[in-house]
Amino acid sequence: MSVEAREARQPWILLSPALTAVTFLLFVPLLFIVVYSFWLRTATGADQIGFFLDNWQEALTDRFYRDILLNTLKIAAITTLVCALMGYPAAYFIARSKGNKAILLLLLMLPFWISYIIRTMSWINILGVSGALNTFLLWVGVISEPIQMLYNEQSVILGLVHFLLPFMVLNVFVSLDGIDTNLEDAANSLGATRWQAFKQVTLPLSLPGLAAGGLLCFVLGAGTYITPLVLGGATDAMFANLVFEAIITQLNWPLGSALSLMLLAVLGALVLIYNRYLGMAQLMKGLG
Amino acid sequence: MAASSGSLGWNLVRVWTLLVYIFMFLPIAVVVLLSFNASQFGAFPMTGFSFRWFVELAQNEAILRAFRTSIVLGLMTALISTTLGVLASLALVRYRVPGANMISTLLIAPILVPEVVLAVALLLFLNFLQINKSFTLLLAGHVIFTLPFVILVVQARLVSIKRDVEEAAMSLGASPRQTFFQITLPLMLPAVLAGALFAFTISFDDITGTLFWKPGGVETVPTQIFAMLRNSISPEINALGTVMIVMTVGLPLLGIAIARRLSSKSGA
Repeated sequence: MSVEAREARQPWILLSPALTAVTFLLFVPLLFIVVYSFWLRTATGADQIGFFLDNWQEALTDRFYRDILLNTLKIAAITTLVCALMGYPAAYFIARSKGNKAILLLLLMLPFWISYIIRTMSWINILGVSGALNTFLLWVGVISEPIQMLYNEQSVILGLVHFLLPFMVLNVFVSLDGIDTNLEDAANSLGATRWQAFKQVTLPLSLPGLAAGGLLCFVLGAGTYITPLVLGGATDAMFANLVFEAIITQLNWPLGSALSLMLLAVLGALVLIYNRYLGMAQLMKGLG
Repeated sequence: MAASSGSLGWNLVRVWTLLVYIFMFLPIAVVVLLSFNASQFGAFPMTGFSFRWFVELAQNEAILRAFRTSIVLGLMTALISTTLGVLASLALVRYRVPGANMISTLLIAPILVPEVVLAVALLLFLNFLQINKSFTLLLAGHVIFTLPFVILVVQARLVSIKRDVEEAAMSLGASPRQTFFQITLPLMLPAVLAGALFAFTISFDDITGTLFWKPGGVETVPTQIFAMLRNSISPEINALGTVMIVMTVGLPLLGIAIARRLSSKSGA
């Protein structure tokens, strides 16, 4: 074999283990559940192989599934908005501070490394009936009986914000940090106020970072089932909880496949729209 | 940016940022605080300072088993994922591969798909192939889920390694193999370690996929905590939380320190 041919083959040899893994552990399984979603789980627990539309009909027309899907999107949207409102100023402060940016950023990234389940359950210590907040309010005398602040939609959103905020801050920071501060100074010297300079120069330039952070918060928020299980009440199930129920509890795998694909379609559409207009590069910057 | 430092707007941003930091750290601080509470209950008031919950933790057979499972799983995931990830990153950074962008996207795909969907697809497909819920399934899941992170981290570091040094070695008569093991690999070591550490931490922390893949009776640390939460929040959970916090924060910091050390040495 010629040297060039060997040189051309080498990257494919290096890539083949990873590509094989992704193919057989992700793409083929995804195709498989597409097929599986048309099978039927019979009363005896065996799968009837064939082409049945029953699961899809149930998943797409049952009001119960539709309502929970809409509620899931609502929760993810509120979470994303809160993350943006909390995270943008913080990212701005870190990017523009004269202090040690690396330390400030590292400090905000530390919770990101702390176990998700621990961070989620830590809110029980704060909001629970004998948690920090109730203890404090009782001590101050604002309330005479502890109030139940847990196990509702607000506590689910709070837990999600706490989990996802670092993603937002990191992405906005990356994009703010890349903006030449001379641009703001130039706007100022041309007579713009600080606020005008921010609104008309810095904010538009940082929108790609905000969008990347927003996408991550939304997609990760809408795909969670642990947070509602730990911090939500009986009626706060999100769409992923339905998937978990169908697969693990009811063992109705064909229906679970259809529900999974519904979730994938909705969230995948968002990723594709994002990719179409902003490209994946921005997202990778924030992740890497 | 001197003009901004005294202004009202900047001060508001500063106070806001402080509140955000408090929001992020307060619940974590409370977990650590309560883990030293002498009280029977995992809640306020603090009745005294005690290490008893850590002692009970160390004697809890179920938790120790969960730790062993998590550590073995994390190490194996890190080993496989890093090997696959480093090879793929080398190909993408070092060679002109046709369709490199497309390949990158394919390799990153496992984190673009919601983890629940990935978990369901893998569980159902491998079950179809007669691979039931088992350690193998758990390992396969963790590998595919951590691979994109390894590739992103390793690629980012790899770009900064200059080819000149390798070319110099080759021109001095080193074989490609010698060059790789004696020049490229040592230069890449911080990137490889960072990738492995990332994979280990993500694997160690995972619960979303793990709950789908784990066989009955096998628990990792996060699923064990989750199972314990079903009853009520016990002081033991807070103690376990403190151990996890120390581990998950301590390990990456250690990793960063090692990477700095190595890269400053190789840079000198």
